[in-house]
Amino acid sequence: MHHHEFEKQEGNILTRSFFVLLALVMIGACLVVIRFAKGVGAITNMSDGYPWGLWLSYDVAVGSAMACGGYAMGFLIYIRNRMRYHPMIRSCLLTSMFGYALAGLSVMIDIGRPWNAYNFFVPSRWQINSVMFEVAMCIMGYTVVLIIEFMPAVLYSLETSKWRRLREFADSLPPFLAPDKVKMEAHIQRVSNTAGLIRPILEKALVFFIALGVTLPTMHQSSLGSLLLIAVTKLHPLWHTGFLPLLFLINCIYLGYAMVVFESIFSSHAYKRPYEIRELSGVGSIIPWLTALWLAVTFGDLAYRHQLAAAFCLDFYSCVFLVNVALLVAGSLILVGAKNRKSPRRLFAAAVLIILGGGLYRMCVYLIGFNPGAGWRYFPSVSEVMVSVSIVAFEILAYQVLIKLVPVLPRVGLHDPETLGTNKPKQTVTA
Amino acid sequence: MERQQSRRGFLKTVGVGAGALVVAPVAQASSEAAPHLNDEEIGMLYDATKCVGCKACMSACKRENNEKGNLECERGAFDKNETPLWDAPNDLSGNNRTVIKLYKEAGHPWSYVKFSCMHCQNPACVSVCPVSALTKDKQTGVVSYNKNACVGCRYCQLACPFNIPKFQWDRAIPQIVKCNFCKETYLKKKGISACADACPTGAILFGKRKDLLQEAHGRLAAHPDKYQPTIYGENEVGGVNHLYLAGVPFAKLGLPALPEAAPPQFSEKIMHTIYKGFVAPVALYATLCLIALRNLKRDKASPHPIEKGDE
Repeated sequence: MHHHEFEKQEGNILTRSFFVLLALVMIGACLVVIRFAKGVGAITNMSDGYPWGLWLSYDVAVGSAMACGGYAMGFLIYIRNRMRYHPMIRSCLLTSMFGYALAGLSVMIDIGRPWNAYNFFVPSRWQINSVMFEVAMCIMGYTVVLIIEFMPAVLYSLETSKWRRLREFADSLPPFLAPDKVKMEAHIQRVSNTAGLIRPILEKALVFFIALGVTLPTMHQSSLGSLLLIAVTKLHPLWHTGFLPLLFLINCIYLGYAMVVFESIFSSHAYKRPYEIRELSGVGSIIPWLTALWLAVTFGDLAYRHQLAAAFCLDFYSCVFLVNVALLVAGSLILVGAKNRKSPRRLFAAAVLIILGGGLYRMCVYLIGFNPGAGWRYFPSVSEVMVSVSIVAFEILAYQVLIKLVPVLPRVGLHDPETLGTNKPKQTVTA
Repeated sequence: MERQQSRRGFLKTVGVGAGALVVAPVAQASSEAAPHLNDEEIGMLYDATKCVGCKACMSACKRENNEKGNLECERGAFDKNETPLWDAPNDLSGNNRTVIKLYKEAGHPWSYVKFSCMHCQNPACVSVCPVSALTKDKQTGVVSYNKNACVGCRYCQLACPFNIPKFQWDRAIPQIVKCNFCKETYLKKKGISACADACPTGAILFGKRKDLLQEAHGRLAAHPDKYQPTIYGENEVGGVNHLYLAGVPFAKLGLPALPEAAPPQFSEKIMHTIYKGFVAPVALYATLCLIALRNLKRDKASPHPIEKGDE
């Protein structure tokens, strides 16, 4: 399972950014307490006209697409057989896992009667016509799959760790609290042994979860678009089309790759690690194909539905749409140049443009292009935004902590030119 | 090489298949024929020209449907006789299933209008509810809500073209509130909805859809000068069971101009084609499993293949 490809990030867990992020998370937690005590309306600006606000559109629709790094890279590595990207998979899986788990958490905060959520598991309640049913089942399933996909890394750490942090903590305790050394050693040994027992079994079965980890997002990411198919009279014709599922699917893939580039460069910068330019340049080169396909479907569909005039009439909706297209085109044009892909700065800029463009598209479908009729208005409240901010803060916080506990990041110097030359494959795979 | 060729061919087939799967339903969705209307279902006919705006229907509705913890009915300590205090809501809300509004504009004739659930023949809210909390009765056609199933996702609100289902935003234990023709209350006792029974002018008729339509067409024929020429709800979004006659244009009253196709026709057609028999997802999963297994086997034989062409 290539455990040699990954390493733990050295360093202290309790950094300054840890406490800043923790403070943000605490603010969000307080707001969530108010929401559960006094109702959804107490801290949000949602209304009967705009029943889905920032939480659904940003945290779930945009957030889960941005968490598609694991999906997009999983497809690239295991299905398209680009094993040289394998060292990047764990950090992608980790961010995907948090992205999805927290999108799920956000849903549980957003829905009015979360205690009834068990009905999703009661077959007599299933309503298979509902896109929401499919999305909910798929997202729950995928979150579990992501956790399983990430488990080998955790088990490997449990198996091989020297348990330094735990020992230091035990030593720092006053004598009357400190655990019995001998007993503690026995416990540690037992945990390591169990992990060592489970890991090989899991790794053998892992390929079936990997395939599931590509199937499920294909289903629910397209269905996130299908959710709005029903809003025939409420969603602006620029965005309401039968191709919503296809557009959402392509959108989540290029968003996923762009997020991989963004996160890798960002964390390399933050942790002063060398940039993974070789891999990122390869990932970046895929994005323009996807955005080109997306733009072709978008404009082809607009032409087919005779809505091209609406796209260029320069009213509010048309302007938002054109900004959306411009962001994607600009980001893709940067990535088309092979030279640009060698520069971390330009790669980063391109990734940001693609993320903004791709994210804006989803916001357009869920909020900006949504108009329930005269008299309804929606703009998220400060508390609503703060809850979303604290969810993102929690994602970053957990990522920071976990990369120091579990080998997630690619081992530095894994793909040096010298080592690369030595293991050239016998046959070149071009699929 | 031959094996790779075949795999490429296979991938192509899968790709084309997936493409066709996505395109076909879109092409079909628009050409779907309207499903058969069931005129045996029960409904209401509201004649705005007969309504005097007394709001007796509103208080009757509150009195009847004042389920515990459901509709907000303030009760003062001095109120000895079980009658709730009267309130004056200006719109449908989490406390209010029906409302009378007044349309008035300088130089135009004025009109009252009543809002409550339209009980669609093909309701969008029922189509989108993930846990069957909203259901349509097969015999009566009543669309009703079950709070024990509801998860509060509010997809019904997003889906309803009339913005009818309301959510209790100000409650820790909220629910969706909408008219159910007094299904569990007045209809059981008296065989009619409370609002229709309370109406002193006969502006609200209650009965089978076919009888209501016949009556409405009769009124249109008898007084073509008095009415707008159509019955609102006869064909809108696949037909609804709450019908309207009015003297002023329906759009002015806040009844939106809607297409004849029901929204679920469009969305369900696309989803059903993609997920027909759950074949596509299973096929996709099986294919991916095979490819991944083979790739892993190859990777063991020669780790880290480096490709030309994608750098």
